[in-house]
Amino acid sequence: MNVPVTQSPLPQHGAKAHRPGLDRAAFMAASIDALRKLDPRVAVRSPVMFVVLVGTVVTLVIAAEQAAAGSAFGFTLAVSLILLATVLFANFAEAIAEARGRGQAASLRSTRAQLSARRLVDNREDRVAASTLRRGDIVVVSAGEPIPADGEIIEGLASINEAAVTGESAPVLREAGTDRSGVIGGTQVLSDRIVVRVAADPGESFLDRMIKLVEGAQRQKTPNELALTVLLAAMTLVFLIVCASLPIFGAFVGAKVDLVMLVALLVCLIPTTIGGLLPAIGIAGMNRALQANLVAKSGKAVELAGDIDTLLLDKTGTITFGDRRATEFVPVAGVATHQLRDAAVLASLSDPTPEGKSIVLLGREQGSTFREAQGEVIAFSAHTRMSGIDLADGRQLRKGAGDAIGKFVVGLGGAIPSDLRTTVDTVARRGATPIVVADGARMLGVVALSDVVKSGIRERFAQLRALGVRTIMITGDNPLTAAAIAAAAGVDGFIAEATPDAKLAKIREEQAGGRLVAMVGDGTNDAPALAQADIGLAMNSGTQAAKEAGNMVDLDSDPSKLIAVVEIGKQLLVTRGALTTFSLANDVSKYFAIIPAVFAASIPGMAAVDLMRMGSPQTAVLSALIFNALVIPALIPLALRGVRLRALTGDALLRTNMLWFGVGGVLLPFAAIKLIDLLLSAAAGL
Amino acid sequence: MLEIAIILGLAVLLAWPLGHYLAHVLRGTPGPLDPLLGPIERGIYALLRVDPARGMSWVGYARAFVATNVMLGAVMFAMLMLQGRLPLNPDGIGGMSWDLALHTMVSFVTNTNQQHYSGQAQLSYMSQLAGIVTLQVVTPMMGLALAAAVLRALVGGRNAATAKEGEARDVGNYYADVVRLSTRVFVPLGIVLALALSWQGVPSSFDGAAKAIPIDATAGMQEQVIPRGPVAAMVAVKQLGTNGGGWYGPNSSVPLENPTPLSNALQTIAIILLPIAVVFMVGPLIGRKRITPLIFGVMTAISIPLVALSVWSEQQPNAAALGLAAPGTNLEGKEVRFGAESSALWATLTTQTSNGSVNAMHDSLNPGAGIATLSGMLLNSTWGGVGCGLINFIAWLLLTIFVAGLMIGRTPEVFGRKLETREIRLLSLLVVWQPLVVLGLSAISVAVPGWTGNSNPGFHGFSQVFYEYTSAFANNGSGFEGLGDATVWWNLSCTFALLAGRYVPLLIPLAVAASLGAKRVAPENTGTLKIESLTFGATMVAVVVLVALLSYLPAFVLGPIGEWLQLSAAAP
Repeated sequence: MNVPVTQSPLPQHGAKAHRPGLDRAAFMAASIDALRKLDPRVAVRSPVMFVVLVGTVVTLVIAAEQAAAGSAFGFTLAVSLILLATVLFANFAEAIAEARGRGQAASLRSTRAQLSARRLVDNREDRVAASTLRRGDIVVVSAGEPIPADGEIIEGLASINEAAVTGESAPVLREAGTDRSGVIGGTQVLSDRIVVRVAADPGESFLDRMIKLVEGAQRQKTPNELALTVLLAAMTLVFLIVCASLPIFGAFVGAKVDLVMLVALLVCLIPTTIGGLLPAIGIAGMNRALQANLVAKSGKAVELAGDIDTLLLDKTGTITFGDRRATEFVPVAGVATHQLRDAAVLASLSDPTPEGKSIVLLGREQGSTFREAQGEVIAFSAHTRMSGIDLADGRQLRKGAGDAIGKFVVGLGGAIPSDLRTTVDTVARRGATPIVVADGARMLGVVALSDVVKSGIRERFAQLRALGVRTIMITGDNPLTAAAIAAAAGVDGFIAEATPDAKLAKIREEQAGGRLVAMVGDGTNDAPALAQADIGLAMNSGTQAAKEAGNMVDLDSDPSKLIAVVEIGKQLLVTRGALTTFSLANDVSKYFAIIPAVFAASIPGMAAVDLMRMGSPQTAVLSALIFNALVIPALIPLALRGVRLRALTGDALLRTNMLWFGVGGVLLPFAAIKLIDLLLSAAAGL
Repeated sequence: MLEIAIILGLAVLLAWPLGHYLAHVLRGTPGPLDPLLGPIERGIYALLRVDPARGMSWVGYARAFVATNVMLGAVMFAMLMLQGRLPLNPDGIGGMSWDLALHTMVSFVTNTNQQHYSGQAQLSYMSQLAGIVTLQVVTPMMGLALAAAVLRALVGGRNAATAKEGEARDVGNYYADVVRLSTRVFVPLGIVLALALSWQGVPSSFDGAAKAIPIDATAGMQEQVIPRGPVAAMVAVKQLGTNGGGWYGPNSSVPLENPTPLSNALQTIAIILLPIAVVFMVGPLIGRKRITPLIFGVMTAISIPLVALSVWSEQQPNAAALGLAAPGTNLEGKEVRFGAESSALWATLTTQTSNGSVNAMHDSLNPGAGIATLSGMLLNSTWGGVGCGLINFIAWLLLTIFVAGLMIGRTPEVFGRKLETREIRLLSLLVVWQPLVVLGLSAISVAVPGWTGNSNPGFHGFSQVFYEYTSAFANNGSGFEGLGDATVWWNLSCTFALLAGRYVPLLIPLAVAASLGAKRVAPENTGTLKIESLTFGATMVAVVVLVALLSYLPAFVLGPIGEWLQLSAAAP
C-alpha cells in the first residue's frame, strides 16, 4: 500500500477573493436598513421581536402619560429606549448579514452588468445588451471577449479565464460536446471562438437565485428555521400568558404589579436573543456557501447538507490530485520492455490527457524516439474504456482498462497471456492504475499509472466519520487499484470501474437504507444521479443538463467542495441550536434579577430571594434589559461566522455545546447583569 | 428515612418484572393465563363486536378511545343523576345536581377523580361500584393503551417492516389493548391488594352503614352512623390506577380506608407501582433496551429532589403556627399514625403520579411541600399517570431532542425520523396549552370576587385556586381544599380543565408520533444524537426544569413562595 502522499495542503474553501469586510459603507447601509425594518409589516415576520416592538410603544405611551401628569418618567423612558435598541440590534443583525450576502453576490454579478453580446439569429450576428439575452439564445464569443451569460458551448473549444468569478487565475479548457462544456457569464475567452447557448432568462441564473436566498424581502424561511420560529413563537405566547395573568393574581393577593415592570419582565423572558439573530444565522449560512463559490438553488439545500449521511466522492480531484503519471512499463512474459514502451508511446501520442502525456514522457525518458504517429486516432469513451491509434501500417494499438483490452484482443482472435492477471494485480495492489497495452491481437503488458493521494484527506475523512458521514469513493479504476487507494485515503467504501448507472444504483441503495446522499457530477450522463441524490453538486464546468439536475453548483468546479458543503450545512444548524440554548439559559439569571424587583414593594421578605443583591429594583430591571439588548450585537459576529464545527461524535458535540452555551448561558449573565447594575448604581450615585 | 428508602426500593423492585409483563401483554404473545382469560376476553370482544386482531391507524385508535369515553361518560352521568331510583342503595342516597354530576362524571372518565362531593354521603353502592370503580379500572388502562400506541407509532408501527414511507402505521388495536391490560394486569393486581387491605382491616361489605351506640350518652349523641361498603376493593383500584378517588371524603386519611402503617406503606407502593412499571415496559416493548435507563434516570432525577424538599419541609414546624407553641415536625392536618415523613412522601408521590389520593390535608402542608406537590402536577411526567405520564414525558423528550439535536449539526431526529415543522407545530400547541388553561382559569377565578369561595385570603388563597386547576389539568384530583368548590363555577371550570388536560395532552403526542413514525428512517451512527447518554439525560432534566420554572415561577411567587417569605418575615 505504498501510495505516494504529497505534502501539499488541501485547498482552503472560502478563502477566495470575494469577501467584503464590514466596511464603513456596509455598516451605514445596514444601520439604515435596521431602521427601515421597524415597519410593522416587516417586523411581524419575527413574532418574538414584534412583541418587543409592541412593548416599546406601550412603555413610550406610559412615559408620555407620566410626563404629562408631571410625575417622574425617566425610568419608563429608559425602559422604552432599551427595548427600541433591542429591536434595532436584531434588525441590524439581519441587515448586516444581508448586506454581506448582497456584497458577495453583487461582486459576482457586477462582472457581467455592462456586457454586450453577439447574438446569432439565422446565421446573422447582431449586437445586443447581455441583459436582454433569453434562455435558448445563441451567442458567439471570440478570443479576448467576455462571455455575456451563463450557458453551454455548443460549438468549438476555448481556453477561458474564470478568475473574475472563481478567483482562480489559471485558464481552463471548455469544449462543446464534452463534460466540460459549461461557461460562466463574465468570464473571459482567451483563445479560439465558441458558440454558446444561453442557459437562463435574465434574473433567473443560478447566481440570481442565490441572491434571492440572502435578500430579506424574497427570502423564504428554510424548513428547520420555520420549525424553530414556530417553537419560539409558542414560548413567546407562554410568557405572554404568564405576564398577562400576573397582575390579576397580584391584585388578588394584594401585590400591585407595575405595568412597566411587567413589560420588562416579558421582554426579558421571551427568547429575544435567538429571535433577533435567527434570520442573520440563516443568511450567514447562505453567505458561507457563496463565499466558498457554491451556488445553492434553495436555502433548503444548504440546510439539508448538514444531514448528509453518505458522500459519493470522485476519486480524481477529490481524493487524489488526479494527474496520474506513468511510472513503470511491466511487460508480460515473452515481450521485451522496449516493445511495450514503444507501443504505449505510439498509442498515447495523440492522447491529450495528462495520463497520456505522462506515458509519452516516461517512454522518452526510457529511450523511445517517436515524435508523431500517422494513423486514425481512437478517442477514449466511457463505454469502450480504451483509446489508441490505428496506424497507417495497419497495426491497431490500444491501451485501456484490463477487461476492455481483453475483449478487444479476444475479439481479434488473440489470447490473454497467462501472466497478465498477476502483472495487473501486482500493479493494482500498489495502488497504481494498470493500463493494459495491446498490439492488435497480442497483449504486450501493463503501464503503471501512479496516483497521488492528497495529504490531509485521510484526517478529513476521519473527521467526517466522527460526524457520522460515510465516504464512498467513485473511480473508474479496477477494484484492486481502487481498494489500495481507498485504504490509503481511509474512505468507508468504493465503487470501482464505476459507470453513471453504477452511481445511480449506489445512490438508490443508500437511500433505501434511509441515508441521505450527496454526490458530485459534471457530465450529462451524471444528470439522473445528480437529480436522485439529496444533494447533487454540479460542477460549473459541466454540462447544462448536469447543472439543471443538481441542486448546487460549484463555480470553482472543484469536486472536493462536497466536503465543505456538508460542513456548511452542519455549522448552520449547530449555530442555530447553540444560540437557542444560550437564549433560553439566559432567562434563569434574568428571572433572578427581575422577579425580586417586580415584587419588592408588595411582598415582605422578597429581599431574601434577591440573591444577586441588586442596587435597586429600577437598576435591576434596567440591568437585565440592557444585558438582554447588548447580547444581540455581541453575538452578531458568532452568528455570522457560525459556531466552530468541531469534528466530534454527536455525543461529544452535544456535551461541548451544552457546556459552552447551556451552562455558560446560565452563568455568564449573572456576572454581566451584576456588573451593569454596579455601573448603573454608581452612575445614579453621582 | 429508612422507611422512605424501603418503600421506594420495594416499588422499583416490583415494578421491574411488572414492566416486562406489561410489554408481554401488549405484544399479545401467548401466555400461561390464556386458557383462563381467553374465553372471558373473547366474550368481551363479542359483546363489543370488535375484532381484536385488526390493526388500527392512529386516527382509528384515537377515535375508538374518544368514542368509548363518550359512551362511558353518558352511562355514568345518567347513573349519578338517577342513583336515588336505582338498586344497591341501602342508605337511600338521592341523585346529584346536574353540574356536580357532570363534574364527577368527567372527573372519573378522565382518570382524575377530583371530588367535589363526599363519596360515603353522596354516592350509592351502585354508583360507587358499577360506576366509579368500573371507570377506575378501565380509564388507567386506556391511558396505558394510548402510551403503547404512541410508542408503537414512534418506531414505525407494528407494520414498520413492510410499510412504505408515508404509509399509515398500525399502532395496535385499542380494544384488545384495553381489555387485555384490564384482565391480565389490573384486575389481578387489584384483587391481591384488596385482599391485603381487608386483612389490615379495611371494610369489605355490601351491608349498609353500621350504627353504633355511644358509650357516653351525655355527649348528646344517640347513635353514630358509620358508613361502610366494599371499601377495600375500591381503595386497591384507586391506588393502583392513579385514580385517587376514595370511598370516603377524607380519602386515605380515614382509618377505615387506611387503618395501619402497613396499609399506608402498601398503598404508597401501589401509588407508584404501575407508573414506574410503565417505564420498564418501554424498552422491551419497542425493542430498545437502553431507553429505559434514560427515562428512569430523568424521572428519578426530577422526582427525588421534590420528595426531599417535601420531606424536609414537613420535618420543620408548621410555618403558619410558628408563633404558637407547636414545636417538632409539622403534624397539622396529618394523621399521627403515619407521621410527618410518610405523609410528605405520600403527598409528593400522589401528585407526581396523577394519583391524587391523600392521607393528609395538603392545605396544611408547609410552603416547601406545597411547591413540591404543585411542581409534581405541573410536570406531570415524573412518573405521571399510568401511561399518561409516559406520554407527557415523550412530549418533553421530543422538545429536548429538537433543541439538543440542532447542536450536533443535523435536523433533529427521533429514532432516525426527522422532527420537522409539522411535529413542532403540534408540540408547540402542547407547550402553550397547559399555561393557557391553568393560568387562564386561575386568573378568571380570582378576578371575579366571590367565585373562589376561599377559606384563606392572600398568598395561601391564591395557592388554593392555582392548586385546584393544576390538579384538574394534571388529571390528578388531589385537592388543596379550603375552597367552597361545590359551586356551578367550580364544577364547570374544573370540568373544562379536566377535559383539556386529558384529551389534548394524550392525543397530540399520538398524532406527532404517528407523523414521525411514517417517515423515512435514517440509520443511527456516531454523528446522530445519542439520546441514551448522560449528556442528553442531563440536557433533558435542564429543559424540563427550565421551561416549567420559566412558565410558573411568577405564579409560585404569588402563591407558596410568597407565603413562605411572608411567614418567615413574620416569624419571631
